[in-house]
Amino acid sequence: MSNPKADEIKEVVLESGIRVKPVYGPGDIKDIDFEKEIGLPGEYPFTRGIHPLMYRKRPWTMRQYSGFAGAAETNKRFKWLLGQGQTALNVAFDLPSQLGLDSDDPRAEGEVGRVGMAIDTLKDMEEAFDGIPIDKISTSLTINPVASIMMAMYLVAAEKHGIPLEQVRGTTQNDILKEYIGRGTWIFPVEPSIRLIGDMVEFCSENVPKFNPFSVCGYHIRESGATPAQEMAYAFEIAIAYIEHILERGLKIDAFAGRIAFNFDIHGNLWEQVAKFRAGRRLWAKIIKEHFGATNPRSMTLRMIAGGGGGGLTIEEPENNIVRGAYYALISALSGTQTMALCSYDEAYTIPSKKAALISLRTMQILADEMGLTDTADPVAGSYYIEWLTKEIEKKIVEHMEEVKEKGGMIKAVESGYIQEQVSYQAYLYEKKIQSGEITKIAVNKYISKDEENREIEFHPYNTGAAGEQKKRLLEVKAGRNSGKVKEALAELKKAAQTKENLMPYILKAVRSYATLGEMTGIFRDVFGEFREPHSVSPAEAPLVAEGK
Amino acid sequence: MNEKRSNKKKLKVLIAKPGLDGHDRGAKVVIHTLKDAGMDVVYTGLHNTVDEIVKTASDEKVDVIGMSIYSGAHLPLSKKLMGLLKEKGLDDKLVLIGGNIPQGDSEALKSYGVNGVFPTGANLEEIVKFIKERVKD
Repeated sequence: MSNPKADEIKEVVLESGIRVKPVYGPGDIKDIDFEKEIGLPGEYPFTRGIHPLMYRKRPWTMRQYSGFAGAAETNKRFKWLLGQGQTALNVAFDLPSQLGLDSDDPRAEGEVGRVGMAIDTLKDMEEAFDGIPIDKISTSLTINPVASIMMAMYLVAAEKHGIPLEQVRGTTQNDILKEYIGRGTWIFPVEPSIRLIGDMVEFCSENVPKFNPFSVCGYHIRESGATPAQEMAYAFEIAIAYIEHILERGLKIDAFAGRIAFNFDIHGNLWEQVAKFRAGRRLWAKIIKEHFGATNPRSMTLRMIAGGGGGGLTIEEPENNIVRGAYYALISALSGTQTMALCSYDEAYTIPSKKAALISLRTMQILADEMGLTDTADPVAGSYYIEWLTKEIEKKIVEHMEEVKEKGGMIKAVESGYIQEQVSYQAYLYEKKIQSGEITKIAVNKYISKDEENREIEFHPYNTGAAGEQKKRLLEVKAGRNSGKVKEALAELKKAAQTKENLMPYILKAVRSYATLGEMTGIFRDVFGEFREPHSVSPAEAPLVAEGK
Repeated sequence: MNEKRSNKKKLKVLIAKPGLDGHDRGAKVVIHTLKDAGMDVVYTGLHNTVDEIVKTASDEKVDVIGMSIYSGAHLPLSKKLMGLLKEKGLDDKLVLIGGNIPQGDSEALKSYGVNGVFPTGANLEEIVKFIKERVKD
């Protein structure tokens, strides 16, 4: 049966650079050892999932990203989301808080409470979680360079709720290496930043065993332009850099590897994403077992939050993003994620409205309760195409990891700007392919609606009054605290920062005295200095970053 | 607009990221685009004040300033930029604003003196064309 038009069939090459055939069969997976490489869910190498019964036992956690204005408004939104059946919290902080600036800092002007909640002191954290059962839910704090301070504030707030540290469940994002690659909330140079992560891991392994002190984010690297295979590879190399640092401090791999969390992105080709997660789980298990010598199976599991990436959403016909979000959630469920967060349909241009956040939550609930996605673990296993593709993506991930190793590992590759170059160049190629139509985006470069001219969208209003309120609160807290105690705690923190001592006890003491985020970060800025962005845009030419920056 | 430049010099553009916003994907895509189009590009990196941006524009003697903003603060930041450029006698620069800019804000930006507004998804070739038409080599 020769097909005269066979050579006219559209070529399919996935973003990760894998060529896809029109049909797959047993021959494509004949070299895969099912027992060894695929196996059962909950068993090494965990290709099919990290739990034996997966969602049949417990569906994925639903955790929408939220937070804006001050602690009081955020507290209301948290309670509302929990009231709608959301099962965990994911806190958004405003940019000044993410960068360790108090709300009255001149650099914070116009940004207080804009893209998340403003936190200046313990007082704000107490109010944000007032009346919320933080012993029953887990909270994820999307915070990076000042994660140590925010974690301390959260722990003290929990303490004030009467919850012992051993019971506190939560995660700080705390992945500074990816901040240098994408997202951009970095403050300190690489070395002291990683020391802070090490301090947190050490402290948690001894005192807060249910807390995940860092969550490695492929997500933002992908959002910045990386291919799915690069996303996974770079995330793994980042995690390896942290692990090596923590091992150097004398911890054993099994003492902390089971608390490493990952955060991945979903947009683009459905099959490529599903295979990416299956490949990632398998490869990570091998790395932790074979390279780092872990013996506890939990250490080998790739635990992750995976959700719809904002990068796949469009400002054109934004309602289409509801549909995209539903597919991303489907991919996430087929991928065996532990936690799902879905970008809301308005996320391409604003922080989520209440309506949009609820649609995202309902999307996940519909999948879990109506569509049978929780019935059986890894339902795609054994598919000729999926198993073949899982293997191919695994090879690609390994290739990209080798490239990073050739550059001397992730820390060097970030300091030199190599990773930033790779990622921004991919972003450029992708944008060109969108504009040429080589990659299709509906209503963007195909089926463009004429009504788009009169597009009406609702933006999240920025409440300038809230910034004033926040500054007033900060002044009140400063006036009401024991300034002698604050000074003492800050002086001790500074002294400790100049040594190699674990800083967590000092940070906790300063937090309890109601020292401000800006005061504590200011000490770190003095002692550690600030990161200087490498010349990181084009591999070919310098200079890219102007002198003096 | 370009009498300060010699004819042989390549067209020079400053791409700037003001404020605390870390979304630099768009800025970097534009940098690659302009470099491919034969322009000299200087990038400020993240976390700059508007004063720092204006100083860099002046020190680097650029012809064009492109500022990229995703935080929602494009109106006050652009107003400040245009005011400061005027104050420093640098209002001969071609100024483009890019990022997450609602359609309705384009007019306000132009009323401040911004020459071109290129929101997310703007055609890359059009950005090049826009600059080349207004700043002659």
